[in-house]
Amino acid sequence: MSETKQEIAELCRLRDEIVESYPEKVGRNRKRHLLVKGCDAQPAIDANSRTLPGIITTRGCAFAGCKGVVLGPIKDIVNLVHGPVGCSYYSWLTRRNFARPSDSGKNFLQYCATTDMQESDIVFGGEKKLMQALREVKETLDPEAIAISATCPVGLIGDDIASVARDAEAELGIKVFAANCEGYKGVSQSVGHHIACNTLMENVVGTEAPDKTTDFDLNIFGEYNIGGDLWNIRPLLERIGYNVISTYTGDASIHDIARAPAAKLTLLMCHRSINYATQMFWDKYRLPWLKVNYIGFEQTAQSLREIAAFFGDDGLAARTEQVIATEMERIQPELEHYRRRLTGKRIILFVGGSRAHHFQHLCEELGMEIIMAGYEFAHRDDYEGRQVLDEIKDSGLSKVVKDLQFELEAGFKPRLSEAEVSAKQAELEHLMKYEGMIGDMSQGAFIVDDLNHYETGIAIRRLKPDVFCSGIKDKYVVEKMGVPSRQLHSYDYSGPYTGFEGAITFARDIDMAVSTPTIRFMTPPWRQADQDNESVNGKEAAHA
Amino acid sequence: MLDHTPQEIRERSAVKINPVNICQPIGAAFAAAGLRNCMPHSHGSQGCSSYLRTQLTRHYREPVMGTSSSFSEDTAVFGGGGNLKQAIRNIIAIYKPEVIAVHTTCVAETIGDDVRSIIDAMEKSGDIPEEVAVIAASTPSYVGTHILGYARMVESMVNAFATADEDTKKQRINVIPGFNAEPGDIREIKRILALMQIDFILFPDTSDAFGAPLTGTAGLYPEGGTTIDELRQTGGSRATFVICRDSGELAAAALERKCGVPAVLLPTPVGIADTDTFIMKLAEITGSTVPVELETERGRLVDMMHDAHPHFHGKRVAIAGDPDIVSGMTSLAVGLGMEPVHILSGTRSAAFERESARLLQDFPRANAVNGGDLFTLHQLIKNEPVDLLLGNSHCKYIARAEDLPLIRIGFPISDRANLHQFPVMGYAGAARMVERIGNTLLDRLDRDAPEERYELLL
Repeated sequence: MSETKQEIAELCRLRDEIVESYPEKVGRNRKRHLLVKGCDAQPAIDANSRTLPGIITTRGCAFAGCKGVVLGPIKDIVNLVHGPVGCSYYSWLTRRNFARPSDSGKNFLQYCATTDMQESDIVFGGEKKLMQALREVKETLDPEAIAISATCPVGLIGDDIASVARDAEAELGIKVFAANCEGYKGVSQSVGHHIACNTLMENVVGTEAPDKTTDFDLNIFGEYNIGGDLWNIRPLLERIGYNVISTYTGDASIHDIARAPAAKLTLLMCHRSINYATQMFWDKYRLPWLKVNYIGFEQTAQSLREIAAFFGDDGLAARTEQVIATEMERIQPELEHYRRRLTGKRIILFVGGSRAHHFQHLCEELGMEIIMAGYEFAHRDDYEGRQVLDEIKDSGLSKVVKDLQFELEAGFKPRLSEAEVSAKQAELEHLMKYEGMIGDMSQGAFIVDDLNHYETGIAIRRLKPDVFCSGIKDKYVVEKMGVPSRQLHSYDYSGPYTGFEGAITFARDIDMAVSTPTIRFMTPPWRQADQDNESVNGKEAAHA
Repeated sequence: MLDHTPQEIRERSAVKINPVNICQPIGAAFAAAGLRNCMPHSHGSQGCSSYLRTQLTRHYREPVMGTSSSFSEDTAVFGGGGNLKQAIRNIIAIYKPEVIAVHTTCVAETIGDDVRSIIDAMEKSGDIPEEVAVIAASTPSYVGTHILGYARMVESMVNAFATADEDTKKQRINVIPGFNAEPGDIREIKRILALMQIDFILFPDTSDAFGAPLTGTAGLYPEGGTTIDELRQTGGSRATFVICRDSGELAAAALERKCGVPAVLLPTPVGIADTDTFIMKLAEITGSTVPVELETERGRLVDMMHDAHPHFHGKRVAIAGDPDIVSGMTSLAVGLGMEPVHILSGTRSAAFERESARLLQDFPRANAVNGGDLFTLHQLIKNEPVDLLLGNSHCKYIARAEDLPLIRIGFPISDRANLHQFPVMGYAGAARMVERIGNTLLDRLDRDAPEERYELLL
């Protein structure tokens, strides 16, 4: 969308209005998180900073990012949560990470295991109970490994879970590792992703070698198989001729993650949660990564072409074109149908640390107009691109977990030399590069970081979107205001949304949201006249 | 499905697997949402508020509000007082509540934040204007469960607002619905009270917040909910009826202590027998007579139960969930001629102990597990199979693994819509359960019948 100067000026005024309607301190804080493209001379956004206490945010905590997002989907391990019962309970099957049993026949995603700390554990320490719980998990469930995740009180009472993990590993004869992802760390779930990546790097990655390698070995990283997303992509890659060494962590086996350094290229979907891992893989194994996007049929096609270009093999390139042509032909009739129905629909995307960017392309491919977008827990590089990384000053709050520094591992022979990777970088737009969301957005786009309930209400009333895509906590808030909403974290129990077929599934779901007859019964016939007379201001007063 | 659950039961002392209870904060936030214009506030890390709002939203498919003190490392080291003050100031300025209901979390309790004195100081210094009430409950996640969280938040409502009123002891009663009384149940209880012409104050009234109409005009706070004024008047009522004992007992006892309002603790009115007890006690305490409409409704229920009794009789059932709802459903099952084989409460409860002893006296072989998990329930079922399972959505995995029909009851139900809008309590709720359970068993009979025995008449 390209807005006129006047429209951009109006959005600037709206932004200022929002800022001014807050108490002064809050307004000053929020101003840095609200950006209208084309409004400020130097567009920059504040991100990954603390949400002010008392603001209704959708953000979660470090535990949610570590156990909930990254470690949770690993299927053949038991994720043992050390803490009171709630954290383990809430992160049990709630992210729709699908998995089939691993080669060893194991899948523990249906199990929720916790030390269920009681007051006496808080007072006297929980290490003994944790050790006993590890023994019981091994004896009862017999997993391939056990990951321990800490919740808030663990760090405060000083339980040394890493040392318990070492003792347990020696005693039980399986890998046991621990993540200190106490919920109060950092400003959102984001820091938990970092902790999980570090934990896997220090304990798992590189500890096994694959049985076989091929010329076309890939890793699929930052893809969690939510609603089966991975299963729309992996078969396409295999049809083209790639050999997938490891996923990370959708439908993942802990053994595959251990073998991941053997790949030639890592595909990175969710930049926010996994760029720590890809950076460490580069430092330690000179394993390059390619930023891909499987959301949107054009995006998927472009990513597939770029992967093939990386390998530079004619057979791969030909099969890539075949797959794209076959898939496009298959979806074409439905695609046209939905394009006709969705063209011109105005959409707000507020989701994730990468998804608000991923989904923009698909929405545009379907003819929709993105009027506002933002992330819940992203950093500035997800907005502005990795070139700002050097600029981001590590504050005590936003950077509680340090990047682990690795040298190239002695004796490890990278599949490609640095010179070869550099040469490919010159040709490939997304090889070890990420430009962020803002660059892809039009002038006049409204960008909001850590959107809160109050601003959601204003966005709904003033920008009047046709559909609002966010998460479960926003969904019914928005619908109760009369605007349809779809969840882009868990896809409202639908999906997968990746690849060619996924694009159609998404289009069908958005079409359903904007065309369902149900919401039209909202106003009873005897109220119709009142509604016509009711001013927008009246509604706002009722809301405030 | 749950392929790694062995049949052999070995004692576990340290790991809980597949819990059927949550921690205190969600109960406290849920209770707070039953007050008019109230902001539930979680004094702890952001995840606590985020997770509990998500869980409640998934169950109710309704907006669920809540704020957080957004703890960080320095809060955990230096204490959460500063964050709480900042949060309260922001909530008042931006969300303009009448009440802020603060509950604590494991992190706040571990570092020893004294929430009450922080609030008192703010009240004294004028940081909290007079028209805003801030109440607080101590709800560490490592003590009790979500049921205790509800109980303590309701207790704090009594402590903050209830006022003794000797002159106006009325016919009016108080009703505390409890964590397991869904909007459909609360509306049913109100209907019964209206039919019996009994004046009442029901608190906290979560039926509007979690059963709101879709009008397109919703604001921050849902319509309805119990008002502060009503809470004040609870001290002048004739008695306090507790619908779910484990979640209402504390507040009822506080009202008795503070204002001399006697507590009436009865089994949860699920099934005909315990609804009878409830109605009789209502009549006894208020002097109201049972109207003919209610008697006819009861008669119709008996007729339905009797007409369908061959479908139920002798069927073996397992029931899991929160103590009051499991006891209630056990009573209902026994009343239908079913055989309770395993009943399991995730929350350890003295009332559950007593209730299960009472309800299972004719079933000496039945297992009653007080404070167990679904892993144990599954193992019990593997050892002593059942025909039917009653429980929350997590039970669907056991149901599939063992090929059992599942009747969804309790919390959370995250894979079926709108169940909370209909009652399981009262005669109307019992009638609905009779229909649901009976026809589910018949569906199963049809599914499993060989072609030559697939019948038109059942």
